[in-house]
Order: sequence, then C-alpha cells, then structure tokens
Amino acid sequence: MSNDYNDILQKLCHHLRQLAGPEVEITPQTDLINQLAIDSVKLLNLIMEIEDEFDISVPINALTDVQTVHELTNLIHQIKSAK
Amino acid sequence: MSLLDKLDAVAAARKALLPEGMDVFGIPIGEIYSATEAKIGDRRILFLGTNNYLGLTFAPECLRAAHEALESEGTGTTGSRMASGSYGGHRALEREFADFYTCHSCIVFTTGYQANLATISGLAGAGDVILIDGDSHASIYDGCRLSGAEIIRFRHNDMTDLDKRLRRLGERSRSTLIIAEGIYSMLGDRAPLAEIVKLKDAYHSTLLLDEAHSLGVLGKTGQGLVEETGLIGGVDFITGTFSKSLGGIGGYCVSNHPQLDQLRYVSRPYIFTASPSPATIASTRAALKLLHDGVGLRQQLWKNAHQLYSRLQELGYQLGPEPSPIIATILDTPQQAMALWHGLLEHGIYVNLMLPPAAPDGKSLVRCSVSAAHTSEQMDYAGQAFADLRETIL
Repeated sequence: MSNDYNDILQKLCHHLRQLAGPEVEITPQTDLINQLAIDSVKLLNLIMEIEDEFDISVPINALTDVQTVHELTNLIHQIKSAK
Repeated sequence: MSLLDKLDAVAAARKALLPEGMDVFGIPIGEIYSATEAKIGDRRILFLGTNNYLGLTFAPECLRAAHEALESEGTGTTGSRMASGSYGGHRALEREFADFYTCHSCIVFTTGYQANLATISGLAGAGDVILIDGDSHASIYDGCRLSGAEIIRFRHNDMTDLDKRLRRLGERSRSTLIIAEGIYSMLGDRAPLAEIVKLKDAYHSTLLLDEAHSLGVLGKTGQGLVEETGLIGGVDFITGTFSKSLGGIGGYCVSNHPQLDQLRYVSRPYIFTASPSPATIASTRAALKLLHDGVGLRQQLWKNAHQLYSRLQELGYQLGPEPSPIIATILDTPQQAMALWHGLLEHGIYVNLMLPPAAPDGKSLVRCSVSAAHTSEQMDYAGQAFADLRETIL
C-alpha cells in the first residue's frame, strides 16, 4: 500500500476512535456499522469531517458499497488521486 | 439474513425503543371535527402536528369544488398523464400555477414526494452532480438516488461549505443542480436564498427550491421564500406540494425554462403514476385562489406561530433557530421526547415525534405545526400543557 493510503488510513482511524471510543480496536477489516455501531447519520457526518481534512467531496452514492475501514480508505484514496 | 429476518430486526429495534403498547407512529384518528380538532380513542384532541398551515381542509369553496368534480368526472382518472389521465382540470391547474408564479411552465404531479422524485430524476442524470443541504427531505434524497447523478451533501444552511464544494467541482459545477428548501421541515428554519443564488450564479449551476413548507406561508401572495426575498428570478425550478397549505394531495414544479415540459417524456415517476383525481384537482384549484388572496390567513398563522414560539422559549425549551409555523422542541434523548409527546397526548394535544436517525444531529424532536385555523386560546392551551410538563421533561 502507498504512503498516501497509509496516511489516509491513519487519519481515518483517528476520526473513528473519536466516535467509537479509544478502547475499540480498529483495523482495516473493521466493519463500520456492525463492529463500530456507526449509523448512517454518524457516517455521513464523519464523511464531512474527512472531506474537509482532504479537501475532497465524497458522493454519498459511492458509500453504498463501503462496509469496512479499508473500503472507506480506498474510496477516499481514489477520489484524492483523481483530483 | 433473509428478507423477512431484516423486517424482524426492524420490529426488534422498534420494540427496544418504544415502550410496550405505545404506537407512536400509527395512532388511528377517528372522527375529524374541524381543521384543528379530531377524536382519538374516546377523547377530543387538538391537532398540533398537521401541515394544514392555512386551515383550508374544510373551506366551503374547496369542498364544493371537490363535490362537483366528483359528481361530474368520477372518483379517479385510472390513467397516467400520458395515457388517458390528462383532464381539462389538470391542464387548467398547471396554467393557474404558472400564472401564480408568473412562470413559463408548470407540471402537476400526484404527490409532493413524486414532484421531487420526478423533477430531480428528470433534470439530472449519470455524470451530473447534485448538491443538497444535509437536512433535505427524504423525497429529495430519493429523487437524487433515482437520477443516477453524484450526490454531495453540504452542511445545513452553511454557505461557506456550499462554496467550498462548488469550488472543488471545478468545471463540473456547470452541470450541477443545487437543491434547497424554502422552510426546512425539521427545525422550521429558512434557506439563506440570497447567498445560494449568488453562489449558483458564480459557479454557473442550476438551482431547485422546494417550497413545500413555505407555499402559502411566506410572501405577500403566498408564493413562498422566492416572493419573501424577491428572488424568484434567481431560482430555476420551484417544487412544492398540495398537501400542506392547499389542504389536498399532489405536487407541482414551475419554471421559466421552457425545457421543463420535456420532463413529461423523460421522467419515469411522472410517466408511470396515475394522475391526481378530479376532486383533488378541483379542491386544489379552489384552494390556490384562497391561498393567493389569503393575506389575513397568513397574518393569523404568523401571529399563532409567534405566540407559541415565544411561550415555549420563555419556558426554557430548546427550539429551532427562528419562529416559524414549524416549532420544533429539541430534546437530548428519545426518552425525553417520548415522555413529552405522550404527556401532550394526555393533555389532548397531538404533535409529531422525530427520533434518531430521522432527526438531525442525533437529537430527538417534538414538532408542532401551527395553523391559521388555530385560535389564540388553543395556542394558550398548548403553551400551558408544555408548562405543566416542563419539570418532568427538562
């Protein structure tokens, strides 16, 4: 994985810990909804924070296929790379 | 998980949230006494959650028009607008709506939900972008999804955020539809239309404004936020509903762009839905005249809204950001909201309850909707009920 991907993953995990609590272990395979109990509204608010951090816009229809931390990292990476 | 297991999970989630025997979202309303009173169970209750802003559901002019259409044209059209379902009344109402807004064209739809679904999915498609306010109504979200366009949310009423997102789009802002609402249904606040129009012009985008909750409520003749702000020329498409200030069911889109008419041939929700019944069209035509001339109704509506908003503010309830016919009490927990909702019902007042994730920012709402048909005494009574419940809720 590229440095860019790892950088995004690190920042994303930081945001997720704030939502899920510091005691929750977060890995790329962690399921956002089932393991971190992040509902759709919290996820959309989280995305807004991330968008500002990376100066990108994430279409909400692209989130339909996102379940894990890795998939969200990958999506942000793709949008950032396409800029 | 099977299809039915998913529904069992919904049932379990509802059971966990709502106390046994408390069917908050399915209360059967018995007899309807007037625009503001009805029977629930064995008691008379005050309606404080309907969107009957001008109180026209029992207006004699509307009842008479509906009766006559029912007798002369039957109960339904049994066809879509494209296939046997375009009667003279549908066309006449479209002309009257276009004249009301001094716009080139209008399309009438069967519901307000369908108006957004059909307009948005007909205007935007794959490769386009739709920028929507985070507090947008579900019909806007669903219309966006149906369109196949990229959907990007901006923070509610945050113009810096909208600007930022338009900038990020670069040249794609030219094929972008921005969507806002005249009055937002959750908190009753208005869109900052002047700033939205400015940004839309600067980035060469297109603007759709949903006036569902502001039609009949704002502006001298009741056009909505476009009239209140004098910015009708800056808005490309206006949608709205008949099911609030007009006291019926249906929806519309008006525009000065002649291309609006082409939606009739590309918009699937328009093409494949049966057209509104003759009685609905007739009562809406009568209601539109009353709405246009209803300066007194609007004055009474706003007087009632200010009276209840001020009272709840004095009592220390956290409310939406500005006085409006939609008065949302914001509670920290679903339990507080349910207790307030239930307490009000015990006082004989029926309001609406919104729980997360339907309510914004993880909060819960008890939402009152004020009508011109409410009396000052009814507003006082509602204020007193909120006062009685304050100690146990806050």
